[in-house]
Amino acid sequence: MPKAYIDGREIEFSMGERLNGIQAAARAGIAIPHYCWHPGLSVVGSCRMCLVEVGTRDTESGRIIMLPKLMPACNTPIKDGTVLVTHSEKVARARAMVEEDLLLRHPIDCSICDKAGECSLQDYHFRYGTAERRAEIRPFTSRKRDLGDITLFVDRCVMCSRCVRFTREISGASELLIIRRGAHEEIDVLPEQPLNNPLSGNVVDLCPVGALADKEFLYKQRVWHLRRSPGICTLCATGCSIWIEQNQDRVYRIKPRENPQVNHWWICNAGRYSYPRIHDPKRLRGTVRRTGEALVPVDGKALLRELPDRLRSAGRLALMLSPFLTVEEAYLACAWIRSLDTQAQITVGPIPRDGEDQQFSGGFRISAQKCPNRKGVEEIAAYFQPGGPTWSEWLNAAGRGEFGGIWVAGGYVDPWIDGPTARQVRRAGLLIVQDLFPTPLSDIADYVLAAGAFAETEGSYVNARHRLQVARRAVRPPWGNRPCGPLMWDLLGRTGLYDPRRVLSEVAAEIPYFHAALGEIPDIGIDLRINQLAEVTQRQPVV
Amino acid sequence: MQQEDPRIRWVKEPEMGFWEKTYLPLFADGLTTTVRHLVRRKVTVQFPEERHAFAEPLRYRGVHRLNRDQQGRVKCVACFLCTTACPAHCIDIEAAPSPWLDREKYPVRFNIDELRCIFCGMCEEACPVNAIELTTLYDLSGHSREEMIFDKEKLLSIYDQTKGAEPPLWMMQRAVQEGGAAGAGGGSDESRHSETTSESSAGQTVG
Repeated sequence: MPKAYIDGREIEFSMGERLNGIQAAARAGIAIPHYCWHPGLSVVGSCRMCLVEVGTRDTESGRIIMLPKLMPACNTPIKDGTVLVTHSEKVARARAMVEEDLLLRHPIDCSICDKAGECSLQDYHFRYGTAERRAEIRPFTSRKRDLGDITLFVDRCVMCSRCVRFTREISGASELLIIRRGAHEEIDVLPEQPLNNPLSGNVVDLCPVGALADKEFLYKQRVWHLRRSPGICTLCATGCSIWIEQNQDRVYRIKPRENPQVNHWWICNAGRYSYPRIHDPKRLRGTVRRTGEALVPVDGKALLRELPDRLRSAGRLALMLSPFLTVEEAYLACAWIRSLDTQAQITVGPIPRDGEDQQFSGGFRISAQKCPNRKGVEEIAAYFQPGGPTWSEWLNAAGRGEFGGIWVAGGYVDPWIDGPTARQVRRAGLLIVQDLFPTPLSDIADYVLAAGAFAETEGSYVNARHRLQVARRAVRPPWGNRPCGPLMWDLLGRTGLYDPRRVLSEVAAEIPYFHAALGEIPDIGIDLRINQLAEVTQRQPVV
Repeated sequence: MQQEDPRIRWVKEPEMGFWEKTYLPLFADGLTTTVRHLVRRKVTVQFPEERHAFAEPLRYRGVHRLNRDQQGRVKCVACFLCTTACPAHCIDIEAAPSPWLDREKYPVRFNIDELRCIFCGMCEEACPVNAIELTTLYDLSGHSREEMIFDKEKLLSIYDQTKGAEPPLWMMQRAVQEGGAAGAGGGSDESRHSETTSESSAGQTVG
């Protein structure tokens, strides 16, 4: 196995692996500071922050020959016997020089800069810069420029060109460019061609300093007040891994979470700016029972007593699962409705679609299916009722009045049902609707239960490529709202707090499709097809 | 604890003499103290009507105020450093891009829960532009908890009310800078002056 030597530490890598100096050092646990290099973008080697000493070690004699000058680690491919020295005095001097140069034209307005706290320039200056300034640096206010979706603070820029490369290599529209030369270089757009593509928000995450600012997030919070938890974007079937960042139960920002199997380092703007819906004042609140025209609030304990009795006496039961539910919620809902009526008709609600899949030049894909868990919910429904009714069959049966009691487990983020369809469902004697926003259906339901939004529920989703990923709860739901999972948990008479992890193990043990989810699920999720592939190879052994 | 522990020294109560047994010397001693206090200058004041003078008003930590700049606008730049420093989490700021050309960010809302505040003065220390200061007002009261959450207007009005008696630090700094070496000349004020001039460079960090 080829070996490289970083600061005297030996690292091994496999033959086909293409590592650069920064990646190799990271493997040895050594961080090399860098601005312009990003694992998802091409290498330009322009910021000079990652300069290190490079040499080679002769495998036979063990002699090390170092190059006389410093080399950028980002542009140094690691070969067998490569030697890097990242902590010598020469390297430290080079880093301090780069820092000093960058600060010459940087407005030191950290106290009002949104990036402060997660800024590479700030962090590197504390770690590698010098406390003493040779030039007279007077703080000033940065110029501002509107680039379209994003605001540019012109003078804060360190010209790493990550954003420019992103629009050329990943989003593909190449809106951003560098104007002028040398010390006068600036990021800009062409007139009449602002930065507005569905991935434009990513340039804010890419920016190592506070030059590119998110218009939605600008001045809303200082970043050190935010707490993040891993989540899954629920707006399309791609199911991007995200960080949900909140302070005092209010989500302020959504950022991509690195996942090489799904979204790499990116997310689309729709997902990034989906958080205001969590705090939409139009959301349903609490639990209400419709008695005649009046709406009577029902408290949680009374609901747990009332619902089973009323559903048992309703006759034939039917359940609609929305593709926004988590796997655990769908499973518990099916288990509960089947415990009341073994012949309950289970279907999956309408799948929202919007246009065609969008494929970007960098490989990022926005699915046309605007729901996170179609695969997972369909598999659960098919397990409880193989060959169960489709949505239109179920709807027709409801319209013919075949169902006595209907439970609609919704959670749609967009309007999903129209008046006539709702009236068709209303033919049932008892209609219980659980949803996020008021719909024509919730307006005529007997019970309206407010559901939990995506950041408020914990559970797993299966994306369009059969990858099961786990989302954690980031914020508490508004007072009185009970997400489907905890409610079903209580209705089933299970004790203790809602434990989605335990439910998922049950699902994985019972349903073959989910077998792969039996063990620990890594942060990047798990491909549910790996078991099916294993079954195929078992049946057809390779001779 | 044991009697024979060598670390314990047993002391015997001294025997009282004749005069001590009469208690008369002690009685005279106590009465002398009482009489001395009767004729001394009084330290108590008739509070609501009379008030103590502050020996060191700059060090006293009373109700907060939000300073104004020369143009009468709120001096705060909404950097949230006071909320970060506040150990009682009593400061709540909502920031926005400012409507002024020379300033980037300003507070739309600035609330201090005076009941939650512990008057430690950390906000004053953290402020890079000397916008928040603690005054010498200490008799704050209200009819409800909501009333004791002071908003931006209230805090600015405290500034208007107190700026005459207690000029804000940034104004004193300016006076020191304009006065040049004369201000730092000497006397008991020297330490404070050197302190304020060193802070003034930090004070200009923003805009």
